[in-house]
Amino acid sequence: MYDSGKIIPGLIIFVLFITIPIWYNRGTAASVPKPVLPKDAKTCVLPAAEIRAEHMKLLNSWRDEVLRTGDRGTFELEGKQYQKSLMLTCMKCHTSKKQFCDTCHTYASVKPYCWDCHIAPAE
Amino acid sequence: MDNKRRNFLKVAGISTLAGLGGTAVIDRLVTGSTSVRAAAAADHGSNQGELSTGHEGRPDPSTKRYGMVIDIKKFQQDPSLGGRVVTACHSVHNVPQFPDKKDEIKWIWMTNFENAFPDSPNLYLDEATESHQLPLLCNHCDKPPCVRACPTKATFRNKDGVVMMDFHRCIGCRFCMAACPYGSRSFNWREPAPFVKNLNKDFPRRMRGVVEKCSFCAERIGLGQQPACVEACGDSKAMVFGNLNDPESEIRKLLKEHHTIQRNPALGTLPSVFYIV
Repeated sequence: MYDSGKIIPGLIIFVLFITIPIWYNRGTAASVPKPVLPKDAKTCVLPAAEIRAEHMKLLNSWRDEVLRTGDRGTFELEGKQYQKSLMLTCMKCHTSKKQFCDTCHTYASVKPYCWDCHIAPAE
Repeated sequence: MDNKRRNFLKVAGISTLAGLGGTAVIDRLVTGSTSVRAAAAADHGSNQGELSTGHEGRPDPSTKRYGMVIDIKKFQQDPSLGGRVVTACHSVHNVPQFPDKKDEIKWIWMTNFENAFPDSPNLYLDEATESHQLPLLCNHCDKPPCVRACPTKATFRNKDGVVMMDFHRCIGCRFCMAACPYGSRSFNWREPAPFVKNLNKDFPRRMRGVVEKCSFCAERIGLGQQPACVEACGDSKAMVFGNLNDPESEIRKLLKEHHTIQRNPALGTLPSVFYIV
């Protein structure tokens, strides 16, 4: 190989350069978030796996039903009636936005605009 | 090539005629001349149906069209009532109080008679009307011009005849403010959150860049309660809220007993707020 003295160090420098994010952030990987679950409530609106994946869609459909269709009917969960509401239902059990919502949202780097208008419980 | 120009023109002409005639025949077969006439009649009928939800036709009592009757005399008898009504509404809905009048947000507000009804000027206004103010709010028109102007359907007329705002969809273009002839809409020029006094934790705030207005307390009437302003009037019956389509409702009885006026009815927006003067 001609010029192997230049090509091989050059390749090594190139590979090191493009893998900067990997070795620079080595060992600093954020741990999987552990949102604090409410102590007194055992069941959520949907099973855990479903609500984890679909809660944003559920909130959107609640919003459209309540606001646009005007269907403010309640739903029953373990014998109690609940409104379709983020502030009046979700946040009554999940009393801390910081310890529940924000843990995963920060980890996943998503910034939902809910709290521009909706009021999080006082902490 | 034994094709002559003459032959080519013959074939081309015949195919053109067949093409034009053929499509016409097919159109006639598909729609049928009778169904065309029927469709035209149906269209006419639906126009009439739309009108019948207004004042001039017969409203359908099974549907709802919420409205309000405001007795100006009661507001003259109790001058503090206006302030109470405005405070009740604005505190329930987390309406911000900006120090600068230019940024003002208002859902319901008090104004002079000549400002509320500029189309009926009277040089010799009676003393009570001249010296007192009356409440103004969104008219929840039956034909709301703001709804036609909104490019995102953020403002819409719901099934109960309430002109609603969906703040999630509002892009802050302010077309609705230009379209509303009653000045019922306010724009959040600044972030409203720091200017909300006595936060009501059961109702959201708004964000900068959205238009807001009275919603006839849709969140309260949906649960069977009265609007906050009506509740603030107590038993005085200064403001009465109800279904205009129901001939037996209290509001319709009031409308039957009293001569009422609406704000700028000549525009054809069919306001749902009536004033007893």
